Amino acid sequence: MKTSYKAAALVLFGFGLASFTHSDSPYSKSDEAIKLPAGFKAQIVAENLGTARHITVTPQGNIYIKLSKLKDGKGIVMLQDKNNDGKIESQKTFGNFIGTGIYAKDNYLYASSDDDVYRYKLNDQGEVINMNQPEKIISGLINRRQHESKSIVLDDSGNIYVNIGAYSNACQEKDRTKGSKGMTPCPILDSAGGIWQFSASQLNQTYANGTRYATGLRNVVGLDWNTSLNKLFVMQHGRDQLFQLYPELYDAKQSAELPAETMYAVSKGDNCGWPYIYYDQLQKRKILAPEYGGDGKKTGGDDVIDPTVAFPGHMAPNGLLFYTGSMFPERYKNGAFIAFHGSWNRAPEKQKGYFVAFVPFKDGKPSGEWETFADNFAGTEDIQSPGQAKHRPCGLAQGPDGSLFVTDDAKGTIYKITYKAK
Amino acid sequence: MNKISAVFIVLILMCAGAFAQKASKQSIEKGKLVYEQYCLTCHQVDGSGVPNLNPPLIKTSFVLGDKKKIIGIVLKGLNDVEVNGETYSNPMPPFDFMSDEEIADVLTYVRNSFTNKGTAVTAAEVKANR
Repeated sequence: MKTSYKAAALVLFGFGLASFTHSDSPYSKSDEAIKLPAGFKAQIVAENLGTARHITVTPQGNIYIKLSKLKDGKGIVMLQDKNNDGKIESQKTFGNFIGTGIYAKDNYLYASSDDDVYRYKLNDQGEVINMNQPEKIISGLINRRQHESKSIVLDDSGNIYVNIGAYSNACQEKDRTKGSKGMTPCPILDSAGGIWQFSASQLNQTYANGTRYATGLRNVVGLDWNTSLNKLFVMQHGRDQLFQLYPELYDAKQSAELPAETMYAVSKGDNCGWPYIYYDQLQKRKILAPEYGGDGKKTGGDDVIDPTVAFPGHMAPNGLLFYTGSMFPERYKNGAFIAFHGSWNRAPEKQKGYFVAFVPFKDGKPSGEWETFADNFAGTEDIQSPGQAKHRPCGLAQGPDGSLFVTDDAKGTIYKITYKAK
Repeated sequence: MNKISAVFIVLILMCAGAFAQKASKQSIEKGKLVYEQYCLTCHQVDGSGVPNLNPPLIKTSFVLGDKKKIIGIVLKGLNDVEVNGETYSNPMPPFDFMSDEEIADVLTYVRNSFTNKGTAVTAAEVKANR
């Protein structure tokens, strides 16, 4: 038996070598491990880029990726695939700042550190003209290490939207401390815990130049401007530790499921409720947070908007993309892809997430339940702790041909998902 | 009688000497329960922590070095820590509401789990650092 296994392994190894040599590039190899619906294929276009967070692709097909830790002293990677065959011909790095947000729009590349937002002018080939001298458009945003990433997106009217995460779990007097009350009003909301709107073209803006566009959002990493609805959509990371902080109200299982990770369609002035309420996807209600007198049943937040979609708790939605391409089948058009980074706060229950989900939309509203689209980034279904996950989906972008790019910030793998009708 | 109690005291002292540094099975077992209640969500079932958020408890000087350091972290909490070149951003609240014995047990458990091998932490050591 042992010998035949060895022989089989050798044969497989041989095949591996053969296909490797044949493709003449280590990249552009298809990744059979990623599970997708029929007709879809995942290719690896780059590997080992480091902490690959958000990604954006210009109309010319240039791929820009933001890193949350410097790699060889740089924080942005540019990949070029000029003939669009999925094989990267050139890889460059630039930008001396770490961060998460990156977005290309109208001949500018916007990128954020955890404190500031910069922009780089692009030439008509979609290439950065001066990699060493970005313009600083926004500075001095709150960064107290917790929920520090500044995700960005632009609308079609010259505005940029920046997430400023709350530097707290639930706005307790003492953060994450059992028995500590919630502060009323929560002072964090003046400068964080929401989405701020700034001009995309004005230099050296600070809080004074911006508008708090939406509030009551604990932390948003995935966000997108829906061009068909002309509306901002965000994915909130729900609060942690209901059971650990309130064992008399919640058990470990409830604490793993609750609260929902929520998608909101936000208009100017909207309040999404953090820290006073959370959304319970099982009761389908806004529930008063225990820090503010809640017991897991009392509802609250009458002035708070309802989520558009509610997902199971703690899966960490880090990327959001409304699909406008034509490569994928018709039902995907205008629907939402969500990259779930994968949970840690479900312990001692099994962890969840580590996949890309899809929500079909029709007439501006979800037209069906959410579904798993691309799965098995973790490499195993049985994830006890996030360190065990091979890859963790983070950013999403659409290529000019309608393909879907997914980043992984655990190993720095970049996936390109394409569709071909059979 | 005096002789017997003297022998008894000597025996107790010998035991104390022999076991002060060695983690007892009992303490580790009690510590595991404390870990599951207060520590596991953040530091995970295998002590590996959460990348970028909550630090690992495996083979670091924080856990296996000077006991005063780890006792102090449990009692006072910790913000923004760097472990083996990686940074972790979630704050850890103080766990000073736990008894000396609970803290001693959980630290003894942590110092002897997840491939760690360390000496026991005693309630007296915790008390001395309050």
